[in-house]
Amino acid sequence: MALEDLYREVILDHYRSPRNRQALDRANAVADGNNPLCGDEVRIELLIEGGQVTAIGVTGHGCSISQASGSMMGDAVKGRTIETIRTLTGRFKGMMSIDGANDPGLDPNRPGAVLGDLESLQGVRKFPVRIKCANLPWTTLEEAIKRFVSTD
Amino acid sequence: MMDTSAIRGDFPILERRINGRRMAFLDSAASSQKPVQVLDAMVDIYRNSYANVHRGAYTLSQEATEAYEEARHKVAVFLNAACDEEIIFTRSATAAMNLFAYGWGLNTLKPGDRILTSVMEHHANIVPWHIIARHTGAELCYMELTDGFRLDMEGARERFDERVKVVAVTGMSNVLGTMPPVDELAGLAHGVGAVLLVDGAQLVPHAPVDVQTLGADFLGFSGHKMLGPTGIGVLWGRRALLESMEPAEGGGEMIRDVRLHESDWAEVPHKFEAGTPPFVEAIGLGAAVDYLSAIGMENVLEHDRELTGYALERLAEVPGLSVQGPADTVDRGGAISFDLPGIHAHDVATILDQEGVAVRAGHHCAKPLLRSLGLTASARASFYVYNVAEDVDALVDALGVARRIFGLDGA
Repeated sequence: MALEDLYREVILDHYRSPRNRQALDRANAVADGNNPLCGDEVRIELLIEGGQVTAIGVTGHGCSISQASGSMMGDAVKGRTIETIRTLTGRFKGMMSIDGANDPGLDPNRPGAVLGDLESLQGVRKFPVRIKCANLPWTTLEEAIKRFVSTD
Repeated sequence: MMDTSAIRGDFPILERRINGRRMAFLDSAASSQKPVQVLDAMVDIYRNSYANVHRGAYTLSQEATEAYEEARHKVAVFLNAACDEEIIFTRSATAAMNLFAYGWGLNTLKPGDRILTSVMEHHANIVPWHIIARHTGAELCYMELTDGFRLDMEGARERFDERVKVVAVTGMSNVLGTMPPVDELAGLAHGVGAVLLVDGAQLVPHAPVDVQTLGADFLGFSGHKMLGPTGIGVLWGRRALLESMEPAEGGGEMIRDVRLHESDWAEVPHKFEAGTPPFVEAIGLGAAVDYLSAIGMENVLEHDRELTGYALERLAEVPGLSVQGPADTVDRGGAISFDLPGIHAHDVATILDQEGVAVRAGHHCAKPLLRSLGLTASARASFYVYNVAEDVDALVDALGVARRIFGLDGA
């Protein structure tokens, strides 16, 4: 398999210039995630207002896949409702798993087509040991949402 | 000198192609490959002489028991131990370290006592001490490193006082390759009445070890890093100390008598070998010891040193690359950890694998060390008897590919 499938230019761009890479002054949903085996670490901070993520901070360090995935994820969830984010997370994780192709709502050949830039991470699926790198920010995002304490 | 091509012929796995490329296996510090002699020794027992050891009065059990005890003798000779009874078989180096920590530490240490170790230890020589410190109230203290990745002996000397009861230190760092001066540490430890445990997981596979001159009182190591199988390790200890040490596990085989509310322990080494031991693995380790002895451990060390020197020279050609470990081959083993700014170690390892080069990436079970170096992960190449200069060249070429993919070649 070609390394170019894994290291798409858009991934390397997000790795070199990560978006949303700042700690939030005001956050009401925070979670830390790490892969103990490889040491990747990510912190997700959210400001959730009126059922919407109005701000997101993605910090931490790790490989290009975990960091690019977090960077793209930040762009994808900002301004979205929790409901939409849940659907998006399901689709992303579906794209990363073999079962993902069985989702009737998705094109079996291009399950990531609905995900925009994030589709570039589909090549990671061919490198099984790296899938957990791509999923780490998303799992941490789910954890942060679970911990959200509504102040509305 | 070593006949590397004859040695390579004993390791069928080296003929494998990885992603269409010649395989350069550079992860022996994690686990080594096995020669056919080791595989055959184990298959021979399973096919011809297999039955549980130390139990049956029948032929198969006697043969298996003899082979098991012969393996113990081979290891004793390999280390120049005073007697076979000083060799305790465990399931791993980790288990050997834990056996010592629990058997000796738990029953000896008191509040106010100190356990002295170093920041370059593997988790197997740190975490057991966290547990023992919590149980006993003893305090865990650390020796630091110099900027040149050596043990800071000047600072270390100040740590030795009568509060120190045990010094637990690696004989060769699995990350840095650094070999601290065990003899000097032994003098310091014994000077304050402490015992010295050496984590020999890297040292024993890669350097001649004579426990009569090493200076340590206990030495733990595993079989799978020295051409032997997984599931077998060794704790060597001075007989008198082993006799005064409590067992860490109870069960069959380790008792002289069992009554309803108490039991008496068997003699060493069986006192520490509860349950059916991994005896086929021990026999495999015996074959590995034969194999290494035939090469000669001086030659093994010299071969590692030559490859390490060549690798340090070639890696210096890679722009930006920094090696975490001594820059020369003096008192240094063949584990070379490196960092390539702009490319995370996992990405390095994935790209290298596509080029047929197997290296380890991560924290190498030494998180305190990596944290002290300001890293969360590094890549590591390591050598053994079957590696050749061509493997180093493949590594350096593959690092060039990684730099190109990540746009670091400046072209």
